[in-house]
Amino acid sequence: MSKHTLSVLVEDKPGVLARVSGLFSRRGFNIDSLAVGETEHPGISRITIVVNVESSPLEQVTKQLNKLVNVLKIVELESDASVQRELLLVKVRADVQTRTHVMEAVQLFRAKVVDASPDALTVEATGTGDKLEALLRMLEPFGIKEMVQSGLVAIGRGARSITSPTLRSTA
Amino acid sequence: MTGAQSLIAALEALGTEVVFGIPGGTILPAYDPLFDSTKIRHILVRHEQGAGHAAEGYAQATGKVGVCMATSGPGATNLVTPLADAYMDSVPVVAITGQQTTQLIGTDAFQEADICGITLPIIKHNYLVKDAAEIPRVVAEAFHLALSGRPGPVLVDIPKDILQAQTTFAWPPTLDLPGYHPTTHPHGKQIREAARLMRTSHRPVLYVGGGVLKAHASEELRTLAELTGIPVVTTLMARGAFPDSHEQHLGMPGMHGTVGAVYALQRSDLIVALGARFDDRVTGRLDSFAPDATVVHADIDPAEIGKNRPVDVPIVGDAKHVLAELISAVRTEMEANGGEGPELSAWWTQLRDLRERYPLGYEEPADGSLAPQYVIKRLGEIVGPDAIYVAGVGQHQMWASQFIRYEQPHTWINSGGAGTMGFAVPAAMGAKVGQPEKTVWAVDGDGCFQMTNQELATCALEGIPVKIALINNGNLGMVRQWQTLFYDGRYSHTDLGTHKHRVPDFVKLADALGCVGLRVESAADVDAVIKQANEINDRPVVVEFVVGKDAMVWPMVPPGVGNDDILFARDVRPTFDEDDL
Repeated sequence: MSKHTLSVLVEDKPGVLARVSGLFSRRGFNIDSLAVGETEHPGISRITIVVNVESSPLEQVTKQLNKLVNVLKIVELESDASVQRELLLVKVRADVQTRTHVMEAVQLFRAKVVDASPDALTVEATGTGDKLEALLRMLEPFGIKEMVQSGLVAIGRGARSITSPTLRSTA
Repeated sequence: MTGAQSLIAALEALGTEVVFGIPGGTILPAYDPLFDSTKIRHILVRHEQGAGHAAEGYAQATGKVGVCMATSGPGATNLVTPLADAYMDSVPVVAITGQQTTQLIGTDAFQEADICGITLPIIKHNYLVKDAAEIPRVVAEAFHLALSGRPGPVLVDIPKDILQAQTTFAWPPTLDLPGYHPTTHPHGKQIREAARLMRTSHRPVLYVGGGVLKAHASEELRTLAELTGIPVVTTLMARGAFPDSHEQHLGMPGMHGTVGAVYALQRSDLIVALGARFDDRVTGRLDSFAPDATVVHADIDPAEIGKNRPVDVPIVGDAKHVLAELISAVRTEMEANGGEGPELSAWWTQLRDLRERYPLGYEEPADGSLAPQYVIKRLGEIVGPDAIYVAGVGQHQMWASQFIRYEQPHTWINSGGAGTMGFAVPAAMGAKVGQPEKTVWAVDGDGCFQMTNQELATCALEGIPVKIALINNGNLGMVRQWQTLFYDGRYSHTDLGTHKHRVPDFVKLADALGCVGLRVESAADVDAVIKQANEINDRPVVVEFVVGKDAMVWPMVPPGVGNDDILFARDVRPTFDEDDL
């Protein structure tokens, strides 16, 4: 098993996310992470999906995804040829004694504090999954009160865009 | 005009001749302009499932889109089974459903069901229309999606207020399907490689699936088969795509296929799959299926290629184009090699031997009861190959596939992938509406018949004189067969009482439904009653054949084993001259 990151360009139509995510569960694949957002083209959204599968079932699921009428394009983004990021918000216990130590860890990871209260700090960090895990390990001893993590988003390195040919076909 | 008028105008503009449906609260606005339509015949069915299967039967008999209509909530959910069936068998069906008004959607309003959500996994595409102005485009897209590429069902769900809203109607609409581009023309390089393999192989088979019928490519198939001399097998979905009387036809492969067809695939060095999908009922255990075969797989759906069996030469395209290009590539290939096709004499010697030693057959029941196979065989012989035969699901379906000789495309309609009991009566109704000049016989079982026979009332009142050969063995026959073979004869809940108690009395039931009811209990009466039924064309006819309960479908590849373990009859394994291979 290995992780694969798929960028799926879809028409921004009601139900499209259910169509895409349902296809994974129906065929027995677990989605590790999923993120949806707009693109630079009105009417086209981009879904980034991380799945943990062998390559042959991945090919099957990609073909099935391509059959969805609202799916415009699917690109697999290799980790070394793309920039991949997740966002983490974590609420850490921090009082007068521990606050400086927490701040040190935050700075070390180039994260930032986005909310503070007498007993806690809320930290925002972006990065790869590995980096965020390392940050969490540093913060854990202080006491993590709550955390929330976004799905992974990814974009290919270099000047080429995966959306431009799609725009031509929609025109 | 209203959204409802726009809907009917769109259906008319798309050439819809018939709609099978039942009105109800939310679809009512659509039924008002439908009442005035001079182009569309509406057939009021007795259950929405009947509407869906009728649309399937119509579509398969005509090659056109079958249309069904239902109201929201239970009306729509009753369409779920036929939509799933149409999805599995790639049947072009468009379902129009009413939906609760836009304001009430999501409130658990009366007769509200999220039919788009419910049908997502069993449908090619669906729409919830939120603006009446979209109706013409959406309906046109639905027809286009249903019929093009790999055909399938499409649902259009329209809230009541959208049907009532004022809108304008412009035709033709511009389709907006930027993500939908089915590949119909195959890749030349793959075609040439397939042609080369076909010429150089020694034990090739043309493995023909329903895609050849969907593409109306029977003529091309015959040309390719005769050009190369390669043996042909036709799957359950492809019966009729190649004439059963043809010397090169080995019959149906799979769990209840002929020994010849199963072994041809199993021992082949080249499988050319045309619009077939290596279904588990054909392959048996995949890891022991056709171990020596190089595989050429042509299908219009790229997701089918390599899904079950790894492929050596993938070809994406419509079977008609694929076959036309294969024919020309094989001709070129043969011309370059002194006009010689593949050398198949040893292969044919072996296959002919198998065919002669293991023909399809059956034994007369030891208890003296009527043999169901005899009834079905005689039906095919008396009625002939010009009729359309429609089957339910189970033993009678397998026998109808085995013992009726299909000579023409689109003369065999059944529920293959989904295996939907109750398919036959409504599908026969749809087929007869689509092909009124043809005789349509449904071969049904007593279990299946009791699921959907109410549509005979529809047939009687609407002047749709279908004929039903009701093979009554008193039991859920195929399940009983498995209980005999795999559950030590423990017949848990398979006796329907249709023998023991004669409940229902099918002759009386037929009469009550406005049909002619006839009963046959001995072999001596079979021919006369079939002929009698064939002459009745002013009403539907139900002929109940009371047959023995112990007859079994053979050959059989037991579930979970490889095709090498095919049984010709109970405890009878075919012998093969392995030295010849």
